[in-house]
Amino acid sequence: MRPYARYLGQGSVYLVIVAIVGTLADTPAYRNFPEDQGMIRLTLSHGGKPKGGCRTQSAEELEKIAPNMRRKRLCSRERLPVLVEMTIDDRRVLSRVLQPTGIRKDGPVRLYEGIAVAAGRHRISLALRDSDRAKGFDYERRTVVDIRPGQNFVIRFRPEFGGFVFK
Amino acid sequence: MAAGNPLLRSIQRPLRLAFALPEKLLDRVFPGHWNPLYNLGALGFFMYWIVAGSGIYLYIFFDTGLTEAYQSVEYMTNDQWYLAGVMRSLHRYASDAMVLFMVLHVMREFALDHYRGSRWFSWITGAPVIVLLIVSGITGYWLVWDRLAQYIAIKTTEFFDWLPIFGVPIAANFVAPESLDDRFFSLMIFLHIAAPLFLLFALWIHLARIAQARSNPPRGLAAGITAALLALSLVKPAVSHAPADLSTMVTSVNLDWFYLGLYPLVDMFSAGAVWGALAFFGLTLMAMPWMPPLRRPAPAEVHLEHCNGCRRCVEDCPYEAVAMQPRSDGASFDLEAVVNPDLCVSCGICSGACPSSMPFRRRSDLVSGIELPDFTIADLRNRIRKACARLSGDVRILLIGCNNAARVERLTNAETAAVSLPCSGMLPPPFIDYVLARGLADGVFITGCREGACYNRLGQGWTNARIDRQRDPHLRRRVPRERIARCWAGPLDDKALAGEIGRFAARLRTLPAAAPRPAGPPPAPGGQKAAAQ
Repeated sequence: MRPYARYLGQGSVYLVIVAIVGTLADTPAYRNFPEDQGMIRLTLSHGGKPKGGCRTQSAEELEKIAPNMRRKRLCSRERLPVLVEMTIDDRRVLSRVLQPTGIRKDGPVRLYEGIAVAAGRHRISLALRDSDRAKGFDYERRTVVDIRPGQNFVIRFRPEFGGFVFK
Repeated sequence: MAAGNPLLRSIQRPLRLAFALPEKLLDRVFPGHWNPLYNLGALGFFMYWIVAGSGIYLYIFFDTGLTEAYQSVEYMTNDQWYLAGVMRSLHRYASDAMVLFMVLHVMREFALDHYRGSRWFSWITGAPVIVLLIVSGITGYWLVWDRLAQYIAIKTTEFFDWLPIFGVPIAANFVAPESLDDRFFSLMIFLHIAAPLFLLFALWIHLARIAQARSNPPRGLAAGITAALLALSLVKPAVSHAPADLSTMVTSVNLDWFYLGLYPLVDMFSAGAVWGALAFFGLTLMAMPWMPPLRRPAPAEVHLEHCNGCRRCVEDCPYEAVAMQPRSDGASFDLEAVVNPDLCVSCGICSGACPSSMPFRRRSDLVSGIELPDFTIADLRNRIRKACARLSGDVRILLIGCNNAARVERLTNAETAAVSLPCSGMLPPPFIDYVLARGLADGVFITGCREGACYNRLGQGWTNARIDRQRDPHLRRRVPRERIARCWAGPLDDKALAGEIGRFAARLRTLPAAAPRPAGPPPAPGGQKAAAQ
């Protein structure tokens, strides 16, 4: 093969390599989420109430315990499951009983959910039960929101702020 | 190729041919050992150094802050496009090329059956290299903190949240802008530096059992690929997406499919399904050397009574399967060779290097200091004698081939006899002398894998060096070089090889007839003591 043909051939090989690299480095574009929708995202990490409840230790009981170990309230280690429900425009989109994490079931429940909705006005209702009550919820909140196209509307659960927090 | 399993063979053979064709084409345009397909591993390693060098430069300008990270990358891309911008593009494209070369390297080694038997170690240690490379790439994209980084951050953390090991969903850190702070980028830059360092360590282990590993491609090829990537960086600079905004969803991204190709699968199926697929693929990859295990020939054996501790076998073994140890038989030499059967691939290169592989020997059995029990040096002499005895043409050619290249048995006829070896490097140079001196043939034609593509890595190079008297054991000066021909031919080169043999035959016809040198009675079959002695 003539030298110039070899150089041409080598150049073609390099061209093929950079064409593959240059193309797959950013194409084809990937459409991840519809442009005309928004996302309602619910995230929580919360410990249910202790299973079996708590009791107050008597003074005699506390006396038998080392001073640095004394706790007036004595609770069982295991936590209760947590019930979470979410309704959007009167349609129940989430109803889940979350089990406590950990081998001893003493960890918090965790939830991270995203629900895609059409852009526009939506009525959102949220409810959470973390106690051993048979009916009803310990935390509830309702709101009406205008979801913009592409908006990431975040709902967190913060009991220290009264329950569900909208962002 | 040693694949015995029909299913495995049905996958490997087409794949081998799929590589053989472009290899042959590229051999025509690339000189010597430059063929990129013979240098895939070395090219991948070379890309590592380009990525590391460009990464160090980029780190000078990179700012680890929530807003500053994006701004600093934009500064490099736009304000200092002529240097930092080019470096950024080179950093990205070289890392992409590294994945490309790695994938091709894995496929080719699989096609060549280079992952079973003694080679299992390199295959298994390649698995962490894949993982660390992908981790390095993903953490790099994360640092830019643009819309693509936002997508990667959320999808990666959602993917890991599927595993029941985090008390709090880590994806929750990316649902709103206030969940992040500057320390996050310090963590990411640490990961993006640590992962490549571990990758370098993994590459070092990957090559640990390979003698004279080629971790650098030929300079010309390295220069060519660097120039090509630089040109790509100038023509199509790497750019960022819009800055990350956690209050909005990422709707469309330009994914780097080399590193991020799995992310759409998580969207299409689920994190659990992709974890399952990855676990299945990973475990299968790790188990492949034993699915099924290679039924390999017996490893080389040392015969101490013929070993003088010369070290030639140690220096020529491509897999570091031969070592020296203090003499154990009381002979007057300091050292003796010892074979590690776990590392030996039974290529026979060691017996080609052994000075006791001497076919002229008549006063004792023909036993080499080191040889394959399934294909001894005495077997080789017998096969050569038997093959040459069938020659009846006006020129008689002995064709010495290799089991992994062009099939020399197909090229036999009245004037061409063939003997195929596990590797061309198994041929001790005195055998060429023997064939010509004894008048067993008028010429010796040596063939094997295509140049630079030796199945056993070094056999072809050692054969050339021995014949050219550049490496021990040398082919003796008295051997007429005009009666020796070499042509390196792959599995698709039967026709070209036949043409070369024809030209060699024509050349031999022009030479005066060679008179066999007096050499005493021929040895008895099987290398046993000659009856005359």
